[in-house]
Amino acid sequence: MALKVLSHDEGAPVGGCAASGCGSSTDRLAHLPEAIRAKVNNHPCFSEDAHHHYARMHVAVAPACNIQCHYCNRKYDCSNESRPGVVSEVLTPDQAVKKVMAVAAAIPQMTVLGIAGPGDPLANPARTLETFRQLSEKAPDIKLCVSTNGLALPAVVDELCKHNIEHVTITINCVDPDVGAKIYPWIFWNNRRIKGRRAAEILIEQQQKGLEMLVARGVLVKVNSVLIPGVNDEHLKEVSRVVKAKGAFLHNVMPLIAEAEHGTFYGIMGQRGPTTEELQSLQDSCAGDMAMMRHCRQCRADAVGMLGEDRGHEFTLDKIEHLDIDYAEAMVRRAEVHSTIEANRAAQRQRTGETFVSLASLQRKIPVKPEPRPVLMAVATTGGGVIDQHFGHAREFLVYEASSQDVRFIGVRKVDQYCSGDATCGDAETALQKTLRALAGCEVVLCSRIGYEPWGQLEAAGIAPNGEHALEPIEEAVAAVYRELAESGRLDQAIPEPQRMSA
Amino acid sequence: MAFQIIEGCVNCWACEPLCPSGAIFAATPHFQIDAKKCTECEGDFAEPQCASICPVEGVILDGLGVPANPPGSLTGIPPERMAAAMAEIQAR
Ligand code: SF4
Ligand code: SF4
Ligand code: SF4
Repeated sequence: MALKVLSHDEGAPVGGCAASGCGSSTDRLAHLPEAIRAKVNNHPCFSEDAHHHYARMHVAVAPACNIQCHYCNRKYDCSNESRPGVVSEVLTPDQAVKKVMAVAAAIPQMTVLGIAGPGDPLANPARTLETFRQLSEKAPDIKLCVSTNGLALPAVVDELCKHNIEHVTITINCVDPDVGAKIYPWIFWNNRRIKGRRAAEILIEQQQKGLEMLVARGVLVKVNSVLIPGVNDEHLKEVSRVVKAKGAFLHNVMPLIAEAEHGTFYGIMGQRGPTTEELQSLQDSCAGDMAMMRHCRQCRADAVGMLGEDRGHEFTLDKIEHLDIDYAEAMVRRAEVHSTIEANRAAQRQRTGETFVSLASLQRKIPVKPEPRPVLMAVATTGGGVIDQHFGHAREFLVYEASSQDVRFIGVRKVDQYCSGDATCGDAETALQKTLRALAGCEVVLCSRIGYEPWGQLEAAGIAPNGEHALEPIEEAVAAVYRELAESGRLDQAIPEPQRMSA
Repeated sequence: MAFQIIEGCVNCWACEPLCPSGAIFAATPHFQIDAKKCTECEGDFAEPQCASICPVEGVILDGLGVPANPPGSLTGIPPERMAAAMAEIQAR
C-alpha cells in the first residue's frame, strides 16, 4: 500500500489517502464525496488531523436565544457550543470583523471563523449575517461557519447561503417530541411562548427541515448532540440514523455537564452527566452509523487559537481597536504558512504510513494466533501531532485505540471534566486522582516526561507510563508501543480485571 | 401602564430586539423598560413580547406589578411537584 505524496494545491488531498494507517481522519471520512472531504481537510473542528495544525476562532456577536435548554443557564454562553459558566464579551458586527482580521494577521493558522453565540446566532439574524457579509468581502481566505439550535434555521437558509457559508452545526438532541419535552421546557415561536411537548415538536420539525434544506443546497452539516443519561442516551442512536440518512456528514456526541453551581435546571435538579464509559460506548454504537467526531473539545465561543488552547486575552477590544491591518499583505503570509503546513502534513502521513505497513505484516506472520486485542492509550500533547507534554502539565489527554489494523483517534479526556459529582469526588480528591479517573480504561500513557510519584500510582492503577517516545509523531509512537506489547504476547488475553473495574 | 424588569434579570438581550416600542434598553445592573414608551404591546402583539421570551421566572412584572412568569411557569414544574420531580431526575 504505497503512499503517494498528495497534491495540496487547494489545501485538499487529491484522491484522498489510500494507506490503511494513514491519519485516522482520512480513513473515517473515506465514505464522503471528494468535494466534501476537500472542505473538511483544513477545518480544525472536523478533521482529526487538521486540528493538530490549524486553528479556529469564534466571535460572540449573537447574545439572544429563542429557546430554553435544561442544561443551559442564560447568564452564560450557549452551552451547546461552549463550556458551562463562560461569559463572552458581546461584540458588534464591526468590532467582530476587526477582531477576526487582527487574529488572522497574527495567527496565520487561523482558517475558520465561527459564530456560536453567546446565544443562538440565528435568533440574532441581523448581527450574524452582517458579520458574515463583511468577512466574506474583506477576508475571503477565512472559512465561515455557524452553530444553531435550528429553530430559526429554515427561515434564514437562503440568506446564509448568499454568504457562502461552508459549515453549519445544528444541535439535535432528539427526534421524538416526548424525549424533547424533557430537554426543552419552552420555545419562542411566532411571537409566542410555546411550552411542553408541542414546543419540542416544532423545534424538531424546524431542525429537520433546516438540515434537509442545507444539504439540498450543498452546505456541510454537522450535528451535535448532548448525551443526557436516562433522557436521550438510547435515543441518540436513532438520532444518528436519522441525521445521517438526511445527509449530515458528522455526528458529534458531547457529554452533558451538569453542576449545581452552574445554575442550570439539570444542575440544580441533580441530573447526572454520563461516565466516560457511557459516552464512549454510545459513540461506539453510533460510529458504525456515521463518521463520529470524538476529538471535539467543546471550545468556548470567543476562543482564539489552536483547539484546546485559548489566546483570547491577546485580542481584547482595547488591544485591537487602534490596529490598522493590511489584510492583503497578511493574506500573502497566510498562504505561505498554509503551504508549509500542508507539506509537513504530507510528510507526517508518509512516515506514519510506513509504520502501519510493518504492523500489518506482523499480523500476517502469525495467522494461527488469535488476533491481539486492541489497547487504549492516552497521549499528553500540546498539539502539532507530537508527544511533547509533561504528564503533570496535561489538562487533557488524547485517547487512541491501537489494534493490529490501525491506530484510531477515540476522543479527548479532560482532567477536570471527569469529576462527576459530589458523591464520588469531594474536595479531597487530588489532581493526580482526577487524572487517574480521566484515564480509566487506558493501559498506556505516553508523555514527554513524568514525575516519580505519578509513575508509581499509574502503575498501581494498571496504566503503564511511557516517556520513551517524547517528540515523536503520535500515531507512529502509539503503533510502536502497540507492536511491542503485541510481540511480548501480553495482548493475547482479555483485558486485565482492574481496568474493567475502575470507573 | 407599563411592564418592568427587576432584579434577577441575567442581561441575556433576548427581550430587547423584540420590543415593538423600543422601550427596552441595556443598563446596569440589568436591562430596563422605559415606562413612558412601553405600550404593553397593545395593538402590535397578542402577548407582551418581553415576557414571552424572558428565560428567568419572576424578573418581568406586568402593569399591575404581578410577575408575568410566576414560579414553575418556565421550568414546567409547579413548586408543589418540585421534590417529586427532583427525585425522578436523580434516579436517572
Ligand atoms: S440554544 Fe444555547 S443559548 Fe439557547 S438555551 Fe440552548 S444552550 Fe442555551
Ligand atoms: S410589554 Fe411590549 S412594549 Fe412593553 S417593554 Fe415589553 S415588549 Fe416592550
Ligand atoms: S429577557 Fe429577561 S433576563 Fe433577558 S435581558 Fe430581558 S429581562 Fe433580562
